[in-house]
Amino acid sequence: MLGSGILKGLAVTAKNFAGSYYDPKRMVTVEYPEKATPVPENYRSFPFLVTENAEDPMGSLRCVACQICEKECPPQCIIIEKSKDKKPDAAGKMQLYPAVFNIDTSVCMSCQICVEVCPFDSIKMDQVFEVAATDRFTDLLLTREKLAKPNSYYHKIHPTEADEVDTRLTAERQAAADKAKTAAAAKAAAAAAKPVSPTQPAPAPVAVAPKATPPAA
Amino acid sequence: MSAALGTEPFLERAPLELRDWFVQLLTRWFHLPELLQWVLHNLISIVAILAVFGLFFAFTTIAERKLLGRLQNRLGPNRTGLPKFSRLLGGWHFKHKLFGLTQPFADAIKALTKEDIVPAGADKLLHFLAPVIVVAFSLMTFAVLPFGRHYIPVEMDAALLYFFAAGSATELAIFMAGWSSRNKYSLLSAMRALAQLISYELPLILSVVPVVLITGTLSTQQIVIAQGGLTLGFLPHWFVFTPWGFAGFIIFLVSALAESNRSPFDLPEAESELVAGHLTEYSGFKYALFFMAEYFGLTALSGLGITIFLGGWQAPYGFLEFIPSYLWFMGKLVLMIMFFIWIRGTLLRLRIDQLTRLSWKFLVPLALINLVNAAFWSLTADCSAPLQIARWAASIIVIVVPFFFMGRKLSAGFAPRTYRYAP
Repeated sequence: MLGSGILKGLAVTAKNFAGSYYDPKRMVTVEYPEKATPVPENYRSFPFLVTENAEDPMGSLRCVACQICEKECPPQCIIIEKSKDKKPDAAGKMQLYPAVFNIDTSVCMSCQICVEVCPFDSIKMDQVFEVAATDRFTDLLLTREKLAKPNSYYHKIHPTEADEVDTRLTAERQAAADKAKTAAAAKAAAAAAKPVSPTQPAPAPVAVAPKATPPAA
Repeated sequence: MSAALGTEPFLERAPLELRDWFVQLLTRWFHLPELLQWVLHNLISIVAILAVFGLFFAFTTIAERKLLGRLQNRLGPNRTGLPKFSRLLGGWHFKHKLFGLTQPFADAIKALTKEDIVPAGADKLLHFLAPVIVVAFSLMTFAVLPFGRHYIPVEMDAALLYFFAAGSATELAIFMAGWSSRNKYSLLSAMRALAQLISYELPLILSVVPVVLITGTLSTQQIVIAQGGLTLGFLPHWFVFTPWGFAGFIIFLVSALAESNRSPFDLPEAESELVAGHLTEYSGFKYALFFMAEYFGLTALSGLGITIFLGGWQAPYGFLEFIPSYLWFMGKLVLMIMFFIWIRGTLLRLRIDQLTRLSWKFLVPLALINLVNAAFWSLTADCSAPLQIARWAASIIVIVVPFFFMGRKLSAGFAPRTYRYAP
């Protein structure tokens, strides 16, 4: 009969109306400033710099100021100046560090190319999206102090990716340490072999030894 | 009037007593002549109507947005609160949200401060006059609505005639708006709006005629008084509880929806399809005035529907009369408006051909049949008790059978819709 569809429709909306008061699952609205939907793990906004030590962020930046990201950045929003001196990195090796590392987030297009080219896993994508500012020159140009965030933060926002990076880095550092250890062992063995050599009647290796030592060191 | 007032309970006469006291006070202070007293007396009524229905309009907009939200499982606006100065957080901030109930005032400030754009080629005078006239005429219809037992601004013998005359004049304003904008789309949609309004004017008036036939008067107050008491001992003697009255009420509802340009008949200014129809060249406060007039029109038509079919200010049963009559009227009005919002949240917009077909091929013939039905009802009013059952049955059959067959014919070839690929 004419009108039965209208009555059915009215019943549906009446159910919606009543249900919206006692069934929170029906409501799709998340009242944003008070509550926020969690962002997906792979969500990205702007880059940040990973530091090893949260206590001393400027002293433990993974970045070695190689400037690859600066050269690759399509909109050229990264500005890096190398340091004059060197500092030991996490593995204890002496490295340069960025004296200036600025990212202009008003220019950045969040393409992630800097992250992909970084050979040191030192630049990663952040997830902050509340970036409104009153002055673009002071608030949107992020200096290295604002960019530096600890590795634990990286673990918090991208857990899977960070675990993978950490296993790789520890493996690499382990390999480097093992290599250094074997090299040291070889050196020690060589050094141990030296005092023994005078007792043996072999003059030829003594003459070669000074030439062979520099590469071993 | 004051002689009848004396016997009323205090709540019923309080607003009138206040008005009379105020007029007397000013008369004593300024020694007003008779004429000025009369003017003052009526001005107070006008101001009261403007204030009450202005606020009613404001809260209808927020109620509409909140209810529509709930009907669609949303929250609706709930942010706008009262600004509060706090030293703790510094500056003005919106701490008290008040469920967003102050939203209409924020909207009003927004509409008032917006730029008022008048197209270069527009007829400046008509462009300005159209929103003024549309509001004026839709407010004039309030003059003959009986808001309570003693609350009718103008008692008129031909009140219904006056109501429809004033209500139809808004159509002129709509065409003025379309014409003066010097925009062919505005003009086209104004003509479409006119076609719609004139199509539905007929079933609207025809649905009211049976009531005039039964009560034998055009006075709205007399129609309400005729609806007092009970039928068959348990039903309130409202016309909606008779077969012809119910049919008339449904026809009235559909036509009122179309007359006030509301969903599902809102195609003159279909928000999601057109650029606001005849309101295309209006902005800022003039646009808000059109909006206001639309809501005033809806409120007035709801008020008329209540007056004619839902017993006006009458309480359904005698023991409920301790609630003053004007509150009964306002309560029914709120329910009617909520029903219209419910309809808006449910139904889809019609196409223009469906719209006119519904009016000319269905509502008008049905209203004419209903007129015959009412005539039968009034002729058999004095029949004996056993025959009353036959009278009711006959009256129901007279309206339901044509409804059934005309409904089938109307939707033949259109419904139920079959899908070839989807289940």
